[in-house]
Amino acid sequence: MMALTMNTGTLSTARDRRARLTRDAIGVLVILAVAVLGYLLFPNNLALLTRITAIALLVLSLDLVTGYCGVATLGHAALFGAGAYGAGIAAAHFGITDPIAMLAVGVVAGALAGLVSGAVVLRAHGLPQLVLSIAIIHLAHEAANKASGWTGGSDGLAGIMPDAVFGLWQFDLWGRTAYVFGIVLLIAAFVVLRQIVRSPFGMLCRGIKQDPLRVRAMGASVHGTLIRMYAISGAVAGAGGALNAISTQVVGLDSLSFTLSAEALVMLVLGGTGSLYGALIGTLSFLWFEDVVSAANPFHWLTIVGALLIAVVLFAPKGLYGSLAALIERRGRKGR
Amino acid sequence: MQTVFSIGVDALAYGMVLFVISIGLSVTMGLMRVVNLAHGAFAMIGGYIASYAARDLGLAYAVAVMLAVVGTILIAIPVERLLYHRIYGQPELTQVLMTIGITFCVIGIANYVFGPTLKTIPTPDSLREPVSLGFRTVSAHRLFVIACGTAVALGLWYFIERTAFGVKLRASVDNAAMAAALGVKTEVVYAVSFAVAVGLAAFGGVVGAELLPIEPYYALRYMVTFLVVVSVGGAGSIPGALAACLLLGAIDTTGRYLMPEFGEFFFYLAVIAIVWIFPRGLAGRAK
Amino acid sequence: MSAIFDVRNLKRTFGGLAVTNDVSLSMAPGDRVALIGPNGAGKTTFVNLVTGNLLPNSGSVALGGEDVTRLGPTERVRRGLVRSFQVTRLFSEMTPEEHVALAILQREGRTGRMFASHRAMPDVMDEVHALLARLGIAHLARHRVSEIAYGQQRLLELALALALKPRVLLLDEPAAGVPQSDTARIEQAIADLPADLAVLMIEHDMDLVFRFARRVVVLAAGEIIFDGSPDAVTKDARVRQAYLGSYADARSVA
Repeated sequence: MMALTMNTGTLSTARDRRARLTRDAIGVLVILAVAVLGYLLFPNNLALLTRITAIALLVLSLDLVTGYCGVATLGHAALFGAGAYGAGIAAAHFGITDPIAMLAVGVVAGALAGLVSGAVVLRAHGLPQLVLSIAIIHLAHEAANKASGWTGGSDGLAGIMPDAVFGLWQFDLWGRTAYVFGIVLLIAAFVVLRQIVRSPFGMLCRGIKQDPLRVRAMGASVHGTLIRMYAISGAVAGAGGALNAISTQVVGLDSLSFTLSAEALVMLVLGGTGSLYGALIGTLSFLWFEDVVSAANPFHWLTIVGALLIAVVLFAPKGLYGSLAALIERRGRKGR
Repeated sequence: MQTVFSIGVDALAYGMVLFVISIGLSVTMGLMRVVNLAHGAFAMIGGYIASYAARDLGLAYAVAVMLAVVGTILIAIPVERLLYHRIYGQPELTQVLMTIGITFCVIGIANYVFGPTLKTIPTPDSLREPVSLGFRTVSAHRLFVIACGTAVALGLWYFIERTAFGVKLRASVDNAAMAAALGVKTEVVYAVSFAVAVGLAAFGGVVGAELLPIEPYYALRYMVTFLVVVSVGGAGSIPGALAACLLLGAIDTTGRYLMPEFGEFFFYLAVIAIVWIFPRGLAGRAK
Repeated sequence: MSAIFDVRNLKRTFGGLAVTNDVSLSMAPGDRVALIGPNGAGKTTFVNLVTGNLLPNSGSVALGGEDVTRLGPTERVRRGLVRSFQVTRLFSEMTPEEHVALAILQREGRTGRMFASHRAMPDVMDEVHALLARLGIAHLARHRVSEIAYGQQRLLELALALALKPRVLLLDEPAAGVPQSDTARIEQAIADLPADLAVLMIEHDMDLVFRFARRVVVLAAGEIIFDGSPDAVTKDARVRQAYLGSYADARSVA
């Protein structure tokens, strides 16, 4: 009897593993396909596509704390901005112009910002928590504005000249290198994050989101776990910020803004929280939509974003990906 | 000395404006547990209505104030019925999104209808002249704002502590289910409170227009300030909100006077410090 | 006989009112103790003091000879003091398999691992399925908790507690809210608890108390008024007084 159970256990483990790998491989292939399609369809607009990639990293990182841990924050751009300024300052003031090194600086700066803002935000719950997150992004914005010697203040930080990637691929005027660099980064981050959210650590985070008291009664530390997730989230957002600095070669105060934080949250919820796929879909559809609408009529952009948000809350509370997944699950169940 | 005095008067006036606008938010949050990020939008709507009435139609200031309050409440009623009603009892994130959506819509519409420029609300001459207090002269407008804030605080205190409706309101804030079981029509309490909250926001938006100028991004610019006041004061607490407004008003005004190049740096630093020390607000109750 | 669980002179007041007053209770491995008492006797406060969710004004709590009075709830769990909840607290969007795996990984200090799924850990999976099978809910391993019946959720609650390999187990009304048809399963699961485990059950249902307990402790008005055998409890004058004084339905004791 025991042997039998063990046998089926091992068998199902192997089968599960294959199913998971297949699903992730499909995910990576879809990202690649969309990336190639974007390259072919909009060869003159690679800058926008690269920006979407950078913001996608921010929204993925937000999904880690909001979607997986249940922390609502309106200040997540602080982590993105830390990465952007970290990479930018390293290049402009310290001559660190190797793009991989700049990326590393951005990741570390983002992770540190994640640790700090996590420690602050997790101090309270509910509305005070939200207020703390908003205060952090404004504080960071004001600080960056004041420290103009380092950040360029409201003029932005210029003079960022990244070297060729691995000494082989120069960043070109058309932004091809930057685009490929960004997509490779995004895929790498996505694969790593899929691993993390499925790991025991990720499972613990999901447990905390649903019932922190229960998690404590299992002997796990809620605060410590969330802080670690915040640091990881910061690293990912920092990578996005660094990518933005490397590809645009300037860092502006808008990368540390409340608006960017709020928009990231909108994108996440539009796509659907807690799946990582939703974060990607939300970012792509929101920024593509913004590009189309603001080109047509910039005045109405905010009204339309607002209406879009209200519509999502009323008609698709699980977001685009979440609603789709729920629909497929229901179909699948009927079929069975 | 004159500087200290002007800072004091300005800080008090600013704190009172914050109080008039945010107190409704505080009460409705305590009552309905809705994280309402769109509250500032109602103050802004009030400001626009008053500006239109006083500047474009040439109506008297008092009439413009009345129109602003009534008009904003009329606009708010369908918004509450159609949109807010759907998010009562929903998760916080849902409420945040819905109310940010409403805010964005209001900003976009205001931008389209009134344009991106600042709108002034002409005040009567009596409010424009400085008033002599014997040892100092003060702007009459600042005194008027301070008086309005004091009147609102006293009026609300009387309304909540001394009237039959106040008893029902306090019972509902404390325990809505229990109040309903005791025969309080909580729906009515909610509706009246929402209307009063919106009306006060509009009133505050109009009388405070010289300190918080009316423009389309008003709703977003001061969103944080109003939320901060409520969360620092503790949702549902009038003394807490008053204390938070005066404290934060003082910090913000002093910072702007003495170190304008730092912008709102000290304001937000103070916010973080206060919430850090009092995670449930100055007057927050332990749960 | 050495005590695995030792509470001494525990006292806690709320605004001058002593809700727990000078309570002492000691258990040895293998003990089966039921804690009963009328409503408002201070049972909930006692549980919170023991688990570390409340700090006492005075007195001490010791686990296996170690003083844990100043330790927080998670530290006590790690030292083997585990509780179940009166109303199930489970992660509604997770499966029983994930619940139990999480508890096992937490017990082994492996929840910090970020690059391996629990499903790729055969040792964990085998233990998960063995435990679920022992409680008769193995067939539900991959259903979402929100989809399974309440009685089965209560069994999962027990599985979670067991997965932590406790030395002392606090069962807070383990059969509360379960339909009559399912209580037998839960009682069986409780009867099958490891023999060396010290179990303290807080319970209202006297039938269950008499079947389970070898020792009954009665708490009334914050004080222990009886500590002895199940046979003696109904004959005790103070117990009768406590229940008949505050309870209309005296038959639940008689």
